[in-house]
Amino acid sequence: MSRQELLSPEGLRVDGRRANELRRILCRASVLNTADGSAYYEQGNTKVLVAVFGPREPRARGQLQHDQAIINVEFNIAPFSTSERRKRSKGDKRLLEIASFVRQTFEGAIQRSVYARSQIDIYFHLLQHDGGTLETCINAATLALVDAGISMDDYVCACTAGFIDETPVLDLNSVEESSIETPDLTVAVLPRSGNIALLQMESKLHSTKLDSVMELAIEGCKHIHKKLDDAVLAAANDLAEKLSH
Amino acid sequence: MDIDTEAPAPSLVTQIVTPGSAITSDSAYMRGHGTFGEHGTIYSSVAGVVERINKLVSVRSLKQRYGGEIGDIVVGRITEVASKRWRVDVNSRQDGMLLLSSINLPGGIQRRKSDSDELQMRSFFAEGDLVFAEVQSYFADGALSLHTRSIQYGKLRNGTFVSVFPQLVSRSRTHFHTLPCGVDVVLGVNGYIWVSKHVPVAQVEANAEHIYSDENESISDDERESIARVANCIGLLNRLYVKITDTSIIFAFEASLPYPVKDLLSIDVATELAHNVTSRLKLQA
Repeated sequence: MSRQELLSPEGLRVDGRRANELRRILCRASVLNTADGSAYYEQGNTKVLVAVFGPREPRARGQLQHDQAIINVEFNIAPFSTSERRKRSKGDKRLLEIASFVRQTFEGAIQRSVYARSQIDIYFHLLQHDGGTLETCINAATLALVDAGISMDDYVCACTAGFIDETPVLDLNSVEESSIETPDLTVAVLPRSGNIALLQMESKLHSTKLDSVMELAIEGCKHIHKKLDDAVLAAANDLAEKLSH
Repeated sequence: MDIDTEAPAPSLVTQIVTPGSAITSDSAYMRGHGTFGEHGTIYSSVAGVVERINKLVSVRSLKQRYGGEIGDIVVGRITEVASKRWRVDVNSRQDGMLLLSSINLPGGIQRRKSDSDELQMRSFFAEGDLVFAEVQSYFADGALSLHTRSIQYGKLRNGTFVSVFPQLVSRSRTHFHTLPCGVDVVLGVNGYIWVSKHVPVAQVEANAEHIYSDENESISDDERESIARVANCIGLLNRLYVKITDTSIIFAFEASLPYPVKDLLSIDVATELAHNVTSRLKLQA
């Protein structure tokens, strides 16, 4: 198997991007009629659809918390989302782990005490997988939660970054992610305060390189914040116009 | 790390703000719903319209789940039969409660509640039944307490259920309307709507013994078609965000007569009819 050159000498990656370029982002809020909030988010070739229900009566009465809302996240990957058809496995620990990360991220951003004794459900469907699953899910969920009118402290914007051939690179696709030589880091920030809601990395990265990679990822988050804000304003203005007549 | 806050605070007129955006730093203002304060600045926590009433600043989200208020007329579905009360789904953050002491017992209002009533609660309302009730008060945990202590409230029959966005149903004097086409409509403020065959009030009052009956009356084919047409009209008004009132339903019904009932589900017909209704409503205003 020939080793693919992830970063050419001219500074171009496998999909023609430079080291510090994000993939194309396409996002829309309010795409599903039956959900309280919904969003469709594409970053490059990764596509995810998310539906938010809530706040509503908790399904399991025993889990009810008297002072704050429960956040429940379910994550589904479509079998056709990867290049090889995926065998469906409901209890896949990897999926549960991603769902758990998303839940923890939003537990820090949603004002849960406003919705005591209720449950907020976030359901993901990954339609196409090309790297950056966790980052696209967090960004899409932010859009959907804002669409549902759920109180949050701020947007949550996530981005991945890695290191190829001594250069920090932004927003890895699946080819870059699956390469064993490329460490990849996912950061989620709350843009207004700059606080970090999630920091995740499973590969090895030298501590001296950590700063530059994180800084690049946080820069990417700022750009994503602008995109999400535009999508929210577009949906809100659309709805305001329809409701005003 | 620099934070992007150089945008000036929006002037306090109606304007769309997004979560995390600053509204004002003026300490004279108090924070209302949809806002939070940090270091003396008021920030928005939802995407919506800024509302200022005297010194109170709040942000009203354009899409929100129904939050009950006392005196609201709602339609709910029984989800559970518990000890001396029923849990009712009212499309809100929490299920509402209908207490056994808040319903009319068959056989006249004067009848005292007996032990056997407690044991046969399912003979009044069972799981899945639809109930038309009014919000009486709140429980300590914020759940709504409902009551049906009036002859017009109670179990709903002879019709079909439609669910719409709660923002499209405004609070008004009456929520029970009889349309000229012979169809009754119950508009719940929580977005749940019941469309049924018209039954004269006198007949309802005469049947005090049967207010909890589960039997529908006989409904002719023409009546069924009218009910289906009204239900589809409400569906299309919901789809295109038109306010749902008895007037707008009547306008939509009249505009829809040239089309067969199932064509009302197509987006083209729905858009055309909705434009028709909004222009008629504007002319009337």
